Amino acid sequence: MNYHILMKGELDMFVKKLSKKMKVYAPVAKGFSNFAFEEVSSAGEIAMEYIPTILPPKKYFMPPREKMLDFDLTEGKPKDTANLDAEKLAVFAVHTCDLAGIQCLNMVFSERPRDYNYLLRKENIFIIGLECLKYCDGNASCALVGNHYPNGGYDLFFTDIGDKYVIHVNTQKGEELVEGMGLAKASSADMAALDRAREAKKHTFQNEIGVDPKKLPEIFAKGVESPVWKSVGDRCISCGNCTNVCPTCYCFDMADTVNLDMKTGFRTRTWDSCQVEPFATVAGGENFREERSARQRHRYFRKFKYSVDKFYRSFCTGCGRCTRTCMAKINLKETLTSLAAESK
Amino acid sequence: MTEIHNSNWKLRKGQIIAAKQMTATEKWFDIKLDDGDLDHEPGQFVQVELYGVGEAPISVCSSPTKRGSFELTVRSAGRLTKHMHGMGKGDWLGIRGPFGKPFPVKLMTGNDLLFVAGGLGIAPLRSLINYVMDNRREFGKVDILLGCKTPTDMLFGDEIKDWQKRLDVNFSCTVDRTAPDWKGNVGLITSLIPGVTINPEKTFGVVVGPPIMYKFVIAELLKKNLPERQIILSLERHMKCGMGKCGHCQIDHPKNYYCCKDGPTFTYEEVKESKKL
Repeated sequence: MNYHILMKGELDMFVKKLSKKMKVYAPVAKGFSNFAFEEVSSAGEIAMEYIPTILPPKKYFMPPREKMLDFDLTEGKPKDTANLDAEKLAVFAVHTCDLAGIQCLNMVFSERPRDYNYLLRKENIFIIGLECLKYCDGNASCALVGNHYPNGGYDLFFTDIGDKYVIHVNTQKGEELVEGMGLAKASSADMAALDRAREAKKHTFQNEIGVDPKKLPEIFAKGVESPVWKSVGDRCISCGNCTNVCPTCYCFDMADTVNLDMKTGFRTRTWDSCQVEPFATVAGGENFREERSARQRHRYFRKFKYSVDKFYRSFCTGCGRCTRTCMAKINLKETLTSLAAESK
Repeated sequence: MTEIHNSNWKLRKGQIIAAKQMTATEKWFDIKLDDGDLDHEPGQFVQVELYGVGEAPISVCSSPTKRGSFELTVRSAGRLTKHMHGMGKGDWLGIRGPFGKPFPVKLMTGNDLLFVAGGLGIAPLRSLINYVMDNRREFGKVDILLGCKTPTDMLFGDEIKDWQKRLDVNFSCTVDRTAPDWKGNVGLITSLIPGVTINPEKTFGVVVGPPIMYKFVIAELLKKNLPERQIILSLERHMKCGMGKCGHCQIDHPKNYYCCKDGPTFTYEEVKESKKL
């Protein structure tokens, strides 16, 4: 076990030294309780206490818009190349819910046929986690899915123990960084403080809906025809906010653009949303998920049922973003509670 | 900038070596790849890239027993297919694939086959029918039932004449709406099924057609006691990536099926609980 210490007064030094090696992105306060991951170069810019950012760090792994292919039609026979411009960067102060989100995406994109754009970006990203000692707000459901504690997925992980952070070093890359900065090893007193912080969380964080998470896939299997979906569908306005802010939503669309020379162009991948009306429509007009209720049900099933069947884990990380962003006040915890109540 | 040499988004280059307007809305293309055979199996599809326009999933309608080139039959139904109808011999396009789970030809060996095609469903099914024709002695009795809207909508007319003549194939077809010179059956494709003799223990029913057709045809096949897992379907969805990632083609509960990877061919047993086939 490898733990180091960073005094809170040294955080600025840490960020400055890190930003000399690579670009550093961290949560920045944007007003009205909104936060966003942005480039920083000093600790003063970072909101160490923040509620989940508007967009999760997914945007660095799978950008909202990404070029997948360049093509050239100058000669009769087309030519194409797949180029990637993936800069080396660090994301700092990533909450455990978002670390889990990245782990979910890692599984999806490393499954064959592999997505090398994602995988190469991932290799260039240094991840530093930050532990939550209390709830961000009432919308989170991280304890339900077991993401209130760290489950790996980072190079370094910070836990606030008062006047300093205990840093868990999880990778060789992380080790090299803390060694290079000359950070002291954690003492047994520091470790005891870490244990106390973790122990206290057992009381602070409680299963938010009081339903055994292991039973959720079964509850969903039974709830296919539940009136809950009609209720959710009646309120939904199909804006796609919930999927855009979700740390594990990765559906995308592809489109071609021709340059002004009319000879060259490129193909881009853009985030798409299963909530928008034409998502499952085929040429000829047949829409396989025409009703909003069917589309919302689909979103929930992708978080709590299909993903558990396929990847053995919930693709809901408990971050609460979908609830926070919903203009129609569709609340994930309420939906789950109603669905669970029905299957009793 | 790094070049991703093994990117799954890179395209194979195909040149149209022959094209023919088959009906008012369907055009047939014969495509030769510059890097060899497509190497597909019956029932698979390719992603066709028209540079600058975009990409669309199209079923391969030729059998892998045909070497050197592969064929597509494309209905002008959307932006890309409309554009493709303007293309002809000598034009280049991008190809990714083949993708998807093929028809279970190995399992079908030694069994009787009942093919049911509605409308454009004959295109994907033709890849299997021609495969069976080229390996005819491997299979038992073969029945082909074909339905289309009107006689002028009928695809692959020359081949159909051949199927009608062959003694090792029972072929019948029907049209929804007749025409003055039509002497054949009139009515829905379901009306042809009761007339077919089926040995349910050793028959595979392969059904390809528009979503509306499945419910009724499957009901008829179940009446003939054909087991659910011997009814094979090829489903239509908008496969945008072909790699089980983009989400567009995912079929509703209860299973986590991506039409592009787990399909497009499914047994009825696999997808019977889905809301829409």
